[in-house]
Amino acid sequence: MNPTPHTSRVWKFGDDINTDDILPGKYAPFMVGEDRFQSYAFAHLRPEFAREVKPGDLLVFGKNAGLGSSREYAPEALKKLGIQATVAKSYARIFFRNLVNLGIVPFVSEEVVDRLNDGDRVSLDLATGRLVRGEEVFVLDPPPPFLLEALKAGSMLEYVRRHGGFPGG
Amino acid sequence: MNRPQTLAEKILSQKAGRPVSPGELVVVEVDHAMTIDSIVPTVIDRLAYLEAEPWDPARVSLVFDHVAPPANVNVANAQKKGREWARRTGVNFFEVGRGICHQVLIEEGIARPGMLIVGSDSHSTTYGAVGAFGTGMGATDIALAVATGKTWLRVPESVKVVVRGRPRPGVSAKDAALEMVGRLGADGATYMAVEIHLEDGAEEAFGLSERMTLANLAMEAGAKAGLVVPSGEILRRYDIPGWLYPDEDARYEKTLVIDLAALTPRLSAPFFVDNVHPTAEYAGTPVDFVFVGTCTNGRIEDLRQVAEVLKGRRVAEGVRLLVVPASSEVLKQAMEEGVLQTLVEAGATVGTPGCGPCMGRHLGVAAEGERVVSTANRNFRGRMGAASAEVYLASPRTAALAALTGRIPGEEENP
Ligand code: SF4
Repeated sequence: MNPTPHTSRVWKFGDDINTDDILPGKYAPFMVGEDRFQSYAFAHLRPEFAREVKPGDLLVFGKNAGLGSSREYAPEALKKLGIQATVAKSYARIFFRNLVNLGIVPFVSEEVVDRLNDGDRVSLDLATGRLVRGEEVFVLDPPPPFLLEALKAGSMLEYVRRHGGFPGG
Repeated sequence: MNRPQTLAEKILSQKAGRPVSPGELVVVEVDHAMTIDSIVPTVIDRLAYLEAEPWDPARVSLVFDHVAPPANVNVANAQKKGREWARRTGVNFFEVGRGICHQVLIEEGIARPGMLIVGSDSHSTTYGAVGAFGTGMGATDIALAVATGKTWLRVPESVKVVVRGRPRPGVSAKDAALEMVGRLGADGATYMAVEIHLEDGAEEAFGLSERMTLANLAMEAGAKAGLVVPSGEILRRYDIPGWLYPDEDARYEKTLVIDLAALTPRLSAPFFVDNVHPTAEYAGTPVDFVFVGTCTNGRIEDLRQVAEVLKGRRVAEGVRLLVVPASSEVLKQAMEEGVLQTLVEAGATVGTPGCGPCMGRHLGVAAEGERVVSTANRNFRGRMGAASAEVYLASPRTAALAALTGRIPGEEENP
Protein backbone atom coordinates (compact mmCIF):
# COMPACT_ATOMS: atom_id res chain seq x y z
CA MET A 1 0.00 0.00 0.00
CA ASN A 2 1.23 3.40 -0.94
CA PRO A 3 0.93 5.43 2.26
CA THR A 4 1.25 8.89 0.73
CA PRO A 5 -2.00 10.43 -0.40
CA HIS A 6 -1.75 12.38 -3.62
CA THR A 7 -4.19 14.17 -5.85
CA SER A 8 -5.85 12.00 -8.40
CA ARG A 9 -8.70 12.07 -10.86
CA VAL A 10 -11.96 10.23 -10.29
CA TRP A 11 -13.12 8.01 -13.12
CA LYS A 12 -16.73 7.21 -12.41
CA PHE A 13 -18.61 4.31 -13.95
CA GLY A 14 -22.17 3.05 -13.45
CA ASP A 15 -23.71 -0.11 -12.05
CA ASP A 16 -23.00 -3.61 -13.34
CA ILE A 17 -19.72 -2.84 -15.09
CA ASN A 18 -18.52 -6.27 -16.20
CA THR A 19 -15.05 -7.61 -16.87
CA ASP A 20 -15.75 -7.45 -20.61
CA ASP A 21 -16.30 -3.70 -20.16
CA ILE A 22 -13.08 -3.36 -18.20
CA LEU A 23 -11.07 -5.37 -20.70
CA PRO A 24 -12.86 -6.88 -23.70
CA GLY A 25 -11.93 -10.57 -24.08
CA LYS A 26 -10.50 -10.07 -27.52
CA TYR A 27 -7.80 -7.85 -26.03
CA ALA A 28 -6.64 -10.50 -23.57
CA PRO A 29 -2.86 -10.49 -23.04
CA PHE A 30 -2.35 -13.64 -25.05
CA MET A 31 -4.37 -12.19 -27.91
CA VAL A 32 -2.68 -8.79 -28.15
CA GLY A 33 0.52 -9.23 -26.13
CA GLU A 34 1.50 -9.07 -22.46
CA ASP A 35 2.90 -5.56 -22.80
CA ARG A 36 -0.04 -3.99 -24.62
CA PHE A 37 -3.29 -5.34 -23.27
CA GLN A 38 -3.74 -2.61 -20.64
CA SER A 39 -4.02 -0.03 -23.40
CA TYR A 40 -7.45 -1.54 -24.22
CA ALA A 41 -8.92 -1.01 -20.74
CA PHE A 42 -12.54 0.19 -21.13
CA ALA A 43 -11.95 0.21 -24.91
CA HIS A 44 -15.69 0.03 -25.73
CA LEU A 45 -17.02 2.08 -22.82
CA ARG A 46 -14.48 4.92 -22.44
CA PRO A 47 -12.04 4.74 -25.36
CA GLU A 48 -10.04 7.68 -23.94
CA PHE A 49 -9.51 6.02 -20.54
CA ALA A 50 -6.31 4.07 -21.14
CA ARG A 51 -4.70 7.09 -22.81
CA GLU A 52 -5.61 9.63 -20.17
CA VAL A 53 -5.55 7.70 -16.89
CA LYS A 54 -2.69 8.56 -14.52
CA PRO A 55 -1.14 6.31 -11.87
CA GLY A 56 -3.01 6.77 -8.60
CA ASP A 57 -6.30 7.79 -10.23
CA LEU A 58 -9.37 6.52 -8.42
CA LEU A 59 -11.92 4.25 -10.07
CA VAL A 60 -15.47 4.57 -8.80
CA PHE A 61 -18.15 2.02 -9.61
CA GLY A 62 -21.81 1.59 -8.79
CA LYS A 63 -23.16 -1.74 -7.61
CA ASN A 64 -21.92 -5.19 -8.64
CA ALA A 65 -18.60 -3.91 -10.01
CA GLY A 66 -16.63 -6.37 -12.12
CA LEU A 67 -19.29 -9.00 -12.67
CA GLY A 68 -18.79 -11.63 -15.33
CA SER A 69 -15.75 -13.60 -16.31
CA SER A 70 -13.12 -14.52 -13.74
CA ARG A 71 -10.46 -13.14 -16.05
CA GLU A 72 -7.81 -11.56 -13.89
CA TYR A 73 -6.29 -9.55 -16.70
CA ALA A 74 -9.18 -7.09 -16.30
CA PRO A 75 -7.96 -5.91 -12.85
CA GLU A 76 -4.39 -6.61 -13.95
CA ALA A 77 -4.80 -4.06 -16.76
CA LEU A 78 -5.94 -1.55 -14.12
CA LYS A 79 -2.96 -2.41 -11.93
CA LYS A 80 -0.62 -1.92 -14.89
CA LEU A 81 -2.16 1.49 -15.49
CA GLY A 82 -1.28 2.39 -11.90
CA ILE A 83 -4.70 2.09 -10.22
CA GLN A 84 -4.21 1.56 -6.48
CA ALA A 85 -7.75 1.75 -5.18
CA THR A 86 -11.38 1.48 -6.19
CA VAL A 87 -14.60 2.51 -4.49
CA ALA A 88 -17.80 0.68 -5.35
CA LYS A 89 -21.28 0.28 -3.93
CA SER A 90 -20.64 -3.46 -4.16
CA TYR A 91 -18.35 -5.84 -6.02
CA ALA A 92 -18.83 -9.08 -7.87
CA ARG A 93 -17.05 -11.71 -5.83
CA ILE A 94 -14.25 -12.79 -8.14
CA PHE A 95 -13.36 -9.24 -9.10
CA PHE A 96 -13.09 -8.34 -5.40
CA ARG A 97 -10.72 -11.27 -4.80
CA ASN A 98 -8.62 -10.36 -7.80
CA LEU A 99 -8.23 -6.80 -6.55
CA VAL A 100 -6.99 -8.07 -3.17
CA ASN A 101 -4.71 -10.63 -4.77
CA LEU A 102 -3.12 -8.00 -6.99
CA GLY A 103 -2.98 -5.28 -4.35
CA ILE A 104 -5.67 -2.81 -5.42
CA VAL A 105 -7.55 -1.69 -2.32
CA PRO A 106 -11.30 -2.34 -2.79
CA PHE A 107 -13.24 0.18 -0.72
CA VAL A 108 -17.00 -0.12 -0.35
CA SER A 109 -19.32 2.84 0.17
CA GLU A 110 -22.76 3.66 -1.22
CA GLU A 111 -22.58 7.20 0.04
CA VAL A 112 -19.15 8.12 -1.26
CA VAL A 113 -19.94 6.66 -4.68
CA ASP A 114 -23.08 8.79 -4.87
CA ARG A 115 -21.23 11.94 -3.82
CA LEU A 116 -18.27 11.61 -6.18
CA ASN A 117 -18.45 12.83 -9.77
CA ASP A 118 -16.46 11.86 -12.80
CA GLY A 119 -13.49 14.18 -13.16
CA ASP A 120 -13.33 15.18 -9.46
CA ARG A 121 -9.86 15.81 -8.04
CA VAL A 122 -9.40 13.94 -4.78
CA SER A 123 -6.69 12.64 -2.50
CA LEU A 124 -7.01 9.30 -0.78
CA ASP A 125 -4.96 7.83 2.05
CA LEU A 126 -5.05 4.11 1.36
CA ALA A 127 -4.16 3.06 4.89
CA THR A 128 -6.80 5.13 6.68
CA GLY A 129 -9.41 5.48 3.94
CA ARG A 130 -9.43 9.29 4.34
CA LEU A 131 -10.68 10.79 1.10
CA VAL A 132 -10.47 14.53 0.54
CA ARG A 133 -12.17 16.58 -2.17
CA GLY A 134 -11.50 20.28 -1.79
CA GLU A 135 -12.89 21.15 1.65
CA GLU A 136 -14.85 17.93 2.02
CA VAL A 137 -13.58 14.87 3.89
CA PHE A 138 -15.05 11.39 3.51
CA VAL A 139 -13.95 8.34 5.44
CA LEU A 140 -13.93 4.98 3.73
CA ASP A 141 -13.96 1.88 5.93
CA PRO A 142 -10.76 -0.13 5.59
CA PRO A 143 -11.09 -3.76 4.41
CA PRO A 144 -11.45 -6.48 7.14
CA PRO A 145 -8.27 -7.28 9.14
CA PHE A 146 -7.51 -10.52 7.27
CA LEU A 147 -7.43 -8.68 3.95
CA LEU A 148 -5.79 -5.59 5.36
CA GLU A 149 -2.89 -7.71 6.56
CA ALA A 150 -2.41 -9.01 3.03
CA LEU A 151 -2.79 -5.57 1.45
CA LYS A 152 -0.21 -4.15 3.84
CA ALA A 153 2.24 -6.70 2.47
CA GLY A 154 1.42 -5.32 -1.00
CA SER A 155 -1.11 -7.95 -2.06
CA MET A 156 -2.28 -11.44 -1.11
CA LEU A 157 0.26 -12.83 -3.56
CA GLU A 158 3.04 -10.90 -1.86
CA TYR A 159 1.87 -12.06 1.57
CA VAL A 160 1.93 -15.75 0.66
CA ARG A 161 5.29 -15.34 -1.06
CA ARG A 162 6.75 -13.90 2.11
CA HIS A 163 5.01 -16.11 4.65
CA GLY A 164 4.36 -19.33 2.71
CA GLY A 165 0.67 -19.28 3.70
CA PHE A 166 -2.37 -17.09 4.19
CA PRO A 167 -2.78 -14.55 7.00
CA GLY A 168 -3.92 -16.46 10.07
CA GLY A 169 -3.95 -19.74 8.14
CA MET B 1 -25.67 -28.25 19.63
CA ASN B 2 -24.44 -26.76 16.40
CA ARG B 3 -26.70 -24.33 14.63
CA PRO B 4 -28.50 -25.77 11.59
CA GLN B 5 -26.43 -25.40 8.41
CA THR B 6 -26.99 -24.98 4.70
CA LEU B 7 -25.26 -27.28 2.23
CA ALA B 8 -22.55 -24.68 1.58
CA GLU B 9 -21.92 -24.27 5.33
CA LYS B 10 -21.74 -28.07 5.71
CA ILE B 11 -19.06 -28.41 3.05
CA LEU B 12 -16.99 -25.45 4.24
CA SER B 13 -17.22 -26.60 7.87
CA GLN B 14 -15.92 -29.97 6.73
CA LYS B 15 -13.00 -28.33 4.92
CA ALA B 16 -12.24 -25.90 7.75
CA GLY B 17 -12.34 -28.70 10.30
CA ARG B 18 -14.80 -26.78 12.51
CA PRO B 19 -18.30 -25.36 12.22
CA VAL B 20 -18.26 -22.10 10.26
CA SER B 21 -20.94 -19.44 9.85
CA PRO B 22 -21.86 -17.05 7.04
CA GLY B 23 -19.75 -13.91 6.92
CA GLU B 24 -16.63 -15.51 8.40
CA LEU B 25 -13.40 -15.32 6.43
CA VAL B 26 -11.87 -18.77 6.60
CA VAL B 27 -8.80 -20.52 5.23
CA VAL B 28 -9.86 -23.96 4.02
CA GLU B 29 -8.35 -27.04 2.38
CA VAL B 30 -9.28 -27.51 -1.27
CA ASP B 31 -9.92 -30.92 -2.84
CA HIS B 32 -9.13 -29.92 -6.39
CA ALA B 33 -7.81 -26.92 -8.32
CA MET B 34 -8.61 -26.52 -12.02
CA THR B 35 -7.22 -24.18 -14.63
CA ILE B 36 -7.54 -23.68 -18.38
CA ASP B 37 -5.52 -22.78 -21.47
CA SER B 38 -6.07 -19.04 -21.35
CA ILE B 39 -5.31 -18.70 -17.64
CA VAL B 40 -2.54 -21.24 -17.07
CA PRO B 41 0.31 -18.99 -18.31
CA THR B 42 -0.49 -16.54 -15.51
CA VAL B 43 -0.83 -19.40 -13.00
CA ILE B 44 2.62 -20.64 -14.03
CA ASP B 45 4.09 -17.13 -13.72
CA ARG B 46 2.57 -16.68 -10.28
CA LEU B 47 3.87 -20.08 -9.14
CA ALA B 48 7.31 -19.10 -10.38
CA TYR B 49 7.03 -15.85 -8.44
CA LEU B 50 6.02 -17.82 -5.35
CA GLU B 51 8.83 -20.32 -6.09
CA ALA B 52 6.26 -23.08 -5.58
CA GLU B 53 5.35 -26.42 -7.15
CA PRO B 54 1.87 -28.03 -7.10
CA TRP B 55 1.09 -29.22 -3.57
CA ASP B 56 -0.45 -32.40 -4.98
CA PRO B 57 -0.35 -32.86 -8.80
CA ALA B 58 -3.14 -35.48 -8.66
CA ARG B 59 -5.43 -32.78 -7.28
CA VAL B 60 -4.70 -30.24 -10.02
CA SER B 61 -6.18 -30.29 -13.53
CA LEU B 62 -5.37 -28.33 -16.67
CA VAL B 63 -7.92 -28.37 -19.51
CA PHE B 64 -7.41 -26.80 -22.95
CA ASP B 65 -10.86 -25.64 -23.96
CA HIS B 66 -11.25 -21.89 -24.20
CA VAL B 67 -9.33 -21.22 -27.41
CA ALA B 68 -8.94 -24.77 -28.60
CA PRO B 69 -7.55 -25.43 -31.13
CA PRO B 70 -5.37 -22.33 -30.81
CA ALA B 71 -6.53 -19.40 -32.96
CA ASN B 72 -3.16 -17.68 -33.36
CA VAL B 73 0.52 -17.93 -32.48
CA ASN B 74 0.13 -16.22 -29.11
CA VAL B 75 -2.47 -18.75 -28.02
CA ALA B 76 -0.46 -21.64 -29.43
CA ASN B 77 2.56 -20.46 -27.46
CA ALA B 78 0.50 -20.10 -24.30
CA GLN B 79 -0.77 -23.65 -24.71
CA LYS B 80 2.75 -24.90 -25.32
CA LYS B 81 3.82 -23.31 -22.05
CA GLY B 82 0.90 -24.96 -20.24
CA ARG B 83 1.49 -28.33 -21.85
CA GLU B 84 5.16 -28.33 -20.86
CA TRP B 85 4.29 -27.33 -17.30
CA ALA B 86 1.71 -30.14 -17.07
CA ARG B 87 4.24 -32.70 -18.33
CA ARG B 88 6.89 -31.51 -15.94
CA THR B 89 4.68 -31.38 -12.85
CA GLY B 90 2.44 -34.37 -13.58
CA VAL B 91 -0.87 -32.57 -13.03
CA ASN B 92 -3.95 -34.01 -14.79
CA PHE B 93 -3.86 -32.73 -18.34
CA PHE B 94 -6.64 -32.68 -20.94
CA GLU B 95 -5.61 -31.71 -24.46
CA VAL B 96 -7.40 -29.68 -27.13
CA GLY B 97 -10.56 -31.53 -28.14
CA ARG B 98 -11.20 -33.34 -24.86
CA GLY B 99 -13.84 -30.78 -23.98
CA ILE B 100 -14.95 -27.95 -21.68
CA CYS B 101 -13.24 -27.99 -18.29
CA HIS B 102 -16.41 -28.38 -16.19
CA GLN B 103 -17.78 -31.14 -18.40
CA VAL B 104 -14.44 -32.96 -18.35
CA LEU B 105 -14.00 -32.84 -14.57
CA ILE B 106 -17.44 -34.33 -14.11
CA GLU B 107 -17.03 -36.97 -16.83
CA GLU B 108 -13.67 -37.99 -15.43
CA GLY B 109 -15.14 -38.46 -11.96
CA ILE B 110 -12.74 -35.84 -10.60
CA ALA B 111 -15.59 -33.69 -9.29
CA ARG B 112 -17.46 -35.63 -6.62
CA PRO B 113 -20.07 -34.91 -3.93
CA GLY B 114 -18.87 -32.98 -0.89
CA MET B 115 -15.70 -31.64 -2.50
CA LEU B 116 -14.41 -28.09 -2.54
CA ILE B 117 -13.21 -27.35 -6.07
CA VAL B 118 -11.66 -24.06 -7.14
CA GLY B 119 -11.42 -23.30 -10.85
CA SER B 120 -10.03 -20.41 -12.85
CA ASP B 121 -13.32 -20.13 -14.64
CA SER B 122 -16.39 -18.46 -13.24
CA HIS B 123 -18.71 -21.31 -14.18
CA SER B 124 -16.94 -23.62 -11.75
CA THR B 125 -20.27 -23.42 -9.92
CA THR B 126 -21.24 -26.25 -12.32
CA TYR B 127 -19.70 -28.82 -9.94
CA GLY B 128 -22.63 -28.09 -7.66
CA ALA B 129 -24.59 -30.47 -9.91
CA VAL B 130 -22.99 -33.38 -8.03
CA GLY B 131 -23.15 -31.67 -4.64
CA ALA B 132 -19.63 -30.21 -4.73
CA PHE B 133 -18.85 -26.65 -3.69
CA GLY B 134 -17.35 -25.36 -6.94
CA THR B 135 -16.29 -21.77 -7.17
CA GLY B 136 -14.55 -19.61 -9.76
CA MET B 137 -11.45 -17.61 -8.99
CA GLY B 138 -8.74 -15.65 -10.76
CA ALA B 139 -5.33 -16.91 -11.82
CA THR B 140 -3.57 -15.71 -8.68
CA ASP B 141 -6.14 -17.43 -6.45
CA ILE B 142 -5.64 -20.65 -8.36
CA ALA B 143 -1.86 -20.35 -8.16
CA LEU B 144 -2.14 -19.82 -4.40
CA ALA B 145 -4.40 -22.91 -4.12
CA VAL B 146 -2.09 -25.00 -6.33
CA ALA B 147 0.89 -23.93 -4.22
CA THR B 148 -0.62 -24.31 -0.75
CA GLY B 149 -3.57 -26.72 -1.13
CA LYS B 150 -5.68 -24.07 0.53
CA THR B 151 -7.73 -21.03 -0.24
CA TRP B 152 -9.44 -18.22 1.65
CA LEU B 153 -13.16 -17.76 1.44
CA ARG B 154 -15.91 -15.75 2.98
CA VAL B 155 -18.49 -18.30 4.12
CA PRO B 156 -21.51 -17.40 2.02
CA GLU B 157 -25.09 -16.88 3.03
CA SER B 158 -27.43 -19.06 1.01
CA VAL B 159 -30.43 -18.50 -1.18
CA LYS B 160 -32.81 -21.41 -1.48
CA VAL B 161 -34.30 -22.16 -4.87
CA VAL B 162 -36.98 -24.82 -4.95
CA VAL B 163 -37.67 -26.24 -8.39
CA ARG B 164 -40.78 -28.35 -8.18
CA GLY B 165 -42.96 -30.54 -10.33
CA ARG B 166 -42.42 -31.82 -13.84
CA PRO B 167 -41.74 -29.62 -16.85
CA ARG B 168 -44.29 -29.31 -19.63
CA PRO B 169 -43.25 -30.73 -23.02
CA GLY B 170 -40.76 -28.45 -24.72
CA VAL B 171 -39.64 -26.91 -21.42
CA SER B 172 -36.21 -27.82 -20.07
CA ALA B 173 -33.78 -27.16 -17.26
CA LYS B 174 -32.45 -24.18 -19.23
CA ASP B 175 -35.84 -22.49 -19.07
CA ALA B 176 -35.93 -23.08 -15.31
CA ALA B 177 -32.36 -21.83 -14.97
CA LEU B 178 -33.09 -18.63 -16.91
CA GLU B 179 -36.23 -18.10 -14.85
CA MET B 180 -34.09 -18.47 -11.72
CA VAL B 181 -31.57 -15.85 -12.90
CA GLY B 182 -34.32 -13.52 -14.10
CA ARG B 183 -36.03 -13.64 -10.73
CA LEU B 184 -32.87 -13.42 -8.62
CA GLY B 185 -31.31 -10.70 -10.80
CA ALA B 186 -27.66 -10.45 -11.89
CA ASP B 187 -26.58 -9.56 -8.37
CA GLY B 188 -29.37 -11.33 -6.51
CA ALA B 189 -26.99 -13.91 -5.07
CA THR B 190 -23.69 -11.98 -5.00
CA TYR B 191 -21.35 -13.52 -2.40
CA MET B 192 -24.00 -16.15 -1.70
CA ALA B 193 -24.50 -19.80 -2.42
CA VAL B 194 -27.57 -20.77 -4.38
CA GLU B 195 -28.90 -24.01 -2.95
CA ILE B 196 -31.23 -25.73 -5.39
CA HIS B 197 -33.80 -28.24 -4.15
CA LEU B 198 -35.51 -30.42 -6.73
CA GLU B 199 -38.88 -31.60 -5.43
CA ASP B 200 -42.21 -33.18 -6.38
CA GLY B 201 -40.95 -34.93 -9.52
CA ALA B 202 -38.20 -32.49 -10.50
CA GLU B 203 -35.61 -34.69 -8.76
CA GLU B 204 -36.29 -37.40 -11.35
CA ALA B 205 -37.06 -35.10 -14.29
CA PHE B 206 -33.66 -33.40 -13.90
CA GLY B 207 -30.65 -35.72 -13.99
CA LEU B 208 -26.95 -34.87 -13.95
CA SER B 209 -26.99 -32.91 -17.22
CA GLU B 210 -29.94 -30.73 -16.19
CA ARG B 211 -28.42 -30.14 -12.76
CA MET B 212 -25.26 -28.94 -14.45
CA THR B 213 -27.34 -26.40 -16.41
CA LEU B 214 -28.90 -25.11 -13.19
CA ALA B 215 -25.65 -24.96 -11.19
CA ASN B 216 -23.91 -23.33 -14.16
CA LEU B 217 -26.47 -20.51 -14.50
CA ALA B 218 -26.43 -19.84 -10.74
CA MET B 219 -23.20 -17.99 -11.48
CA GLU B 220 -25.17 -15.45 -13.51
CA ALA B 221 -26.99 -14.36 -10.36
CA GLY B 222 -23.54 -13.58 -8.94
CA ALA B 223 -23.37 -16.76 -6.87
CA LYS B 224 -20.17 -18.05 -5.35
CA ALA B 225 -21.51 -21.59 -5.63
CA GLY B 226 -24.62 -23.24 -7.04
CA LEU B 227 -25.34 -26.40 -5.11
CA VAL B 228 -28.00 -28.86 -6.14
CA VAL B 229 -29.02 -30.98 -3.17
CA PRO B 230 -28.15 -34.59 -4.18
CA SER B 231 -31.18 -36.66 -5.17
CA GLY B 232 -32.39 -38.83 -8.04
CA GLU B 233 -29.67 -39.74 -10.53
CA ILE B 234 -26.95 -38.32 -8.30
CA LEU B 235 -27.75 -40.80 -5.51
CA ARG B 236 -27.49 -43.64 -8.03
CA ARG B 237 -24.21 -42.48 -9.56
CA TYR B 238 -22.19 -41.38 -6.54
CA ASP B 239 -21.38 -42.28 -2.96
CA ILE B 240 -22.78 -39.40 -0.97
CA PRO B 241 -21.04 -38.58 2.32
CA GLY B 242 -23.50 -38.90 5.22
CA TRP B 243 -23.04 -35.27 6.29
CA LEU B 244 -23.80 -33.88 2.85
CA TYR B 245 -27.32 -32.55 3.28
CA PRO B 246 -28.66 -29.20 4.45
CA ASP B 247 -30.26 -29.14 7.89
CA GLU B 248 -34.03 -28.86 8.08
CA ASP B 249 -34.14 -25.38 9.65
CA ALA B 250 -31.04 -23.90 8.03
CA ARG B 251 -31.21 -20.14 7.48
CA TYR B 252 -31.67 -18.75 3.96
CA GLU B 253 -31.52 -15.13 2.88
CA LYS B 254 -34.51 -15.75 0.65
CA THR B 255 -36.42 -18.57 -0.95
CA LEU B 256 -37.58 -18.74 -4.52
CA VAL B 257 -40.00 -21.34 -5.85
CA ILE B 258 -40.11 -22.28 -9.53
CA ASP B 259 -43.11 -24.36 -10.49
CA LEU B 260 -42.17 -26.38 -13.56
CA ALA B 261 -45.76 -27.22 -14.39
CA ALA B 262 -46.46 -23.52 -14.95
CA LEU B 263 -43.18 -22.63 -16.67
CA THR B 264 -43.05 -21.79 -20.38
CA PRO B 265 -39.87 -21.38 -22.48
CA ARG B 266 -37.72 -18.47 -21.43
CA LEU B 267 -35.03 -16.45 -23.13
CA SER B 268 -32.54 -13.91 -21.96
CA ALA B 269 -32.50 -10.89 -24.26
CA PRO B 270 -29.45 -8.66 -24.86
CA PHE B 271 -27.36 -7.47 -23.10
CA PHE B 272 -27.87 -8.86 -19.62
CA VAL B 273 -28.41 -12.44 -18.54
CA ASP B 274 -31.12 -11.43 -16.06
CA ASN B 275 -33.12 -9.76 -18.86
CA VAL B 276 -35.35 -12.84 -18.94
CA HIS B 277 -38.71 -13.01 -20.72
CA PRO B 278 -41.10 -15.61 -22.05
CA THR B 279 -39.66 -16.63 -25.42
CA ALA B 280 -43.04 -15.91 -27.00
CA GLU B 281 -42.59 -12.17 -26.34
CA TYR B 282 -39.85 -12.20 -28.95
CA ALA B 283 -41.61 -14.51 -31.41
CA GLY B 284 -40.80 -13.74 -35.03
CA THR B 285 -37.52 -11.91 -34.34
CA PRO B 286 -35.22 -12.82 -37.28
CA VAL B 287 -32.06 -14.75 -36.43
CA ASP B 288 -28.76 -14.94 -38.35
CA PHE B 289 -26.79 -17.43 -36.32
CA VAL B 290 -27.64 -20.24 -33.91
CA PHE B 291 -25.04 -21.66 -31.54
CA VAL B 292 -25.64 -24.89 -29.64
CA GLY B 293 -22.96 -25.84 -27.15
CA THR B 294 -21.08 -24.65 -24.04
CA CYS B 295 -20.85 -25.88 -20.47
CA THR B 296 -24.48 -24.80 -20.05
CA ASN B 297 -26.04 -26.85 -22.85
CA GLY B 298 -23.52 -28.77 -24.95
CA ARG B 299 -24.25 -32.26 -23.64
CA ILE B 300 -25.77 -35.26 -25.36
CA GLU B 301 -29.17 -34.53 -23.78
CA ASP B 302 -29.05 -31.09 -25.39
CA LEU B 303 -27.88 -32.31 -28.80
CA ARG B 304 -30.64 -34.93 -28.80
CA GLN B 305 -33.24 -32.21 -28.34
CA VAL B 306 -31.83 -30.27 -31.27
CA ALA B 307 -31.73 -33.41 -33.43
CA GLU B 308 -35.31 -34.19 -32.53
CA VAL B 309 -36.47 -30.84 -33.92
CA LEU B 310 -34.25 -30.99 -37.01
CA LYS B 311 -34.67 -34.66 -37.93
CA GLY B 312 -35.29 -34.91 -41.67
CA ARG B 313 -35.47 -31.13 -42.03
CA ARG B 314 -33.10 -28.33 -43.05
CA VAL B 315 -31.89 -25.22 -41.30
CA ALA B 316 -33.64 -22.13 -42.73
CA GLU B 317 -32.08 -20.36 -45.69
CA GLY B 318 -29.68 -17.67 -44.52
CA VAL B 319 -29.21 -19.09 -41.00
CA ARG B 320 -25.97 -20.62 -39.77
CA LEU B 321 -26.21 -23.40 -37.21
CA LEU B 322 -23.06 -24.25 -35.28
CA VAL B 323 -23.01 -27.19 -32.89
CA VAL B 324 -20.05 -27.61 -30.55
CA PRO B 325 -20.22 -30.70 -28.32
CA ALA B 326 -19.13 -30.05 -24.74
CA SER B 327 -16.65 -32.93 -24.82
CA SER B 328 -15.16 -35.73 -26.88
CA GLU B 329 -17.44 -38.13 -24.98
CA VAL B 330 -20.48 -36.14 -26.05
CA LEU B 331 -19.21 -36.09 -29.64
CA LYS B 332 -18.65 -39.85 -29.59
CA GLN B 333 -22.06 -40.55 -28.18
CA ALA B 334 -23.68 -38.20 -30.69
CA MET B 335 -21.95 -40.19 -33.44
CA GLU B 336 -23.07 -43.52 -32.04
CA GLU B 337 -26.68 -42.42 -31.63
CA GLY B 338 -26.94 -40.89 -35.10
CA VAL B 339 -27.54 -37.46 -33.57
CA LEU B 340 -24.51 -36.11 -35.36
CA GLN B 341 -25.72 -37.47 -38.70
CA THR B 342 -29.10 -35.79 -38.20
CA LEU B 343 -27.48 -32.48 -37.33
CA VAL B 344 -25.07 -32.50 -40.25
CA GLU B 345 -27.80 -33.54 -42.69
CA ALA B 346 -29.88 -30.63 -41.41
CA GLY B 347 -27.05 -28.28 -42.36
CA ALA B 348 -25.26 -27.84 -39.05
CA THR B 349 -21.55 -27.15 -38.80
CA VAL B 350 -19.86 -29.14 -36.03
CA GLY B 351 -16.93 -27.69 -34.10
CA THR B 352 -14.14 -29.10 -31.95
CA PRO B 353 -15.33 -30.03 -28.44
CA GLY B 354 -14.58 -27.05 -26.23
CA CYS B 355 -15.98 -23.59 -25.62
CA GLY B 356 -16.34 -22.65 -29.31
CA PRO B 357 -17.35 -19.02 -29.88
CA CYS B 358 -18.99 -18.71 -26.42
CA MET B 359 -16.73 -15.83 -25.56
CA GLY B 360 -16.18 -14.42 -28.98
CA ARG B 361 -12.58 -15.32 -29.56
CA HIS B 362 -12.72 -17.81 -32.39
CA LEU B 363 -14.59 -20.53 -34.30
CA GLY B 364 -17.61 -18.52 -35.34
CA VAL B 365 -17.88 -15.04 -33.84
CA ALA B 366 -20.87 -12.84 -34.62
CA ALA B 367 -20.71 -9.91 -37.04
CA GLU B 368 -21.94 -6.34 -36.43
CA GLY B 369 -25.69 -6.18 -36.01
CA GLU B 370 -26.23 -9.93 -36.21
CA ARG B 371 -28.81 -11.66 -34.05
CA VAL B 372 -27.69 -14.84 -32.36
CA VAL B 373 -29.66 -17.47 -30.48
CA SER B 374 -27.23 -19.28 -28.21
CA THR B 375 -27.56 -22.01 -25.60
CA ALA B 376 -24.73 -20.44 -23.58
CA ASN B 377 -24.90 -18.49 -20.34
CA ARG B 378 -23.79 -14.95 -21.20
CA ASN B 379 -25.01 -12.27 -23.57
CA PHE B 380 -23.06 -9.19 -22.50
CA ARG B 381 -22.33 -6.64 -25.21
CA GLY B 382 -19.50 -7.94 -27.39
CA ARG B 383 -19.44 -11.33 -25.68
CA MET B 384 -19.72 -13.34 -28.88
CA GLY B 385 -17.89 -10.97 -31.22
CA ALA B 386 -19.13 -7.62 -32.52
CA ALA B 387 -20.36 -5.16 -29.89
CA SER B 388 -23.58 -4.61 -31.81
CA ALA B 389 -24.34 -8.34 -32.17
CA GLU B 390 -27.39 -9.30 -30.11
CA VAL B 391 -27.19 -12.59 -28.27
CA TYR B 392 -30.40 -14.26 -27.06
CA LEU B 393 -29.84 -17.08 -24.58
CA ALA B 394 -32.30 -19.94 -24.76
CA SER B 395 -32.79 -23.68 -24.46
CA PRO B 396 -31.45 -26.17 -27.02
CA ARG B 397 -35.00 -26.75 -28.25
CA THR B 398 -35.68 -23.04 -28.75
CA ALA B 399 -32.31 -22.74 -30.51
CA ALA B 400 -33.20 -25.63 -32.81
CA LEU B 401 -36.57 -24.08 -33.69
CA ALA B 402 -34.84 -20.77 -34.38
CA ALA B 403 -32.41 -22.54 -36.71
CA LEU B 404 -35.27 -24.30 -38.46
CA THR B 405 -37.40 -21.21 -39.06
CA GLY B 406 -34.87 -18.39 -38.98
CA ARG B 407 -36.95 -16.72 -36.28
CA ILE B 408 -37.40 -16.85 -32.54
CA PRO B 409 -40.24 -19.34 -32.10
CA GLY B 410 -43.68 -18.40 -30.78
CA GLU B 411 -46.15 -20.23 -28.56
CA GLU B 412 -47.51 -22.50 -31.28
CA GLU B 413 -44.13 -24.03 -32.14
CA ASN B 414 -42.78 -23.91 -28.63
CA PRO B 415 -45.65 -24.87 -26.32
S1 SF4 C 1 -18.31 -22.80 -22.55
FE1 SF4 C 1 -18.39 -20.58 -22.31
S2 SF4 C 1 -19.09 -20.25 -20.23
FE2 SF4 C 1 -18.47 -22.40 -20.36
S3 SF4 C 1 -16.35 -22.43 -19.66
FE3 SF4 C 1 -16.31 -22.17 -21.88
S4 SF4 C 1 -16.23 -19.96 -22.26
FE4 SF4 C 1 -16.87 -20.30 -20.11
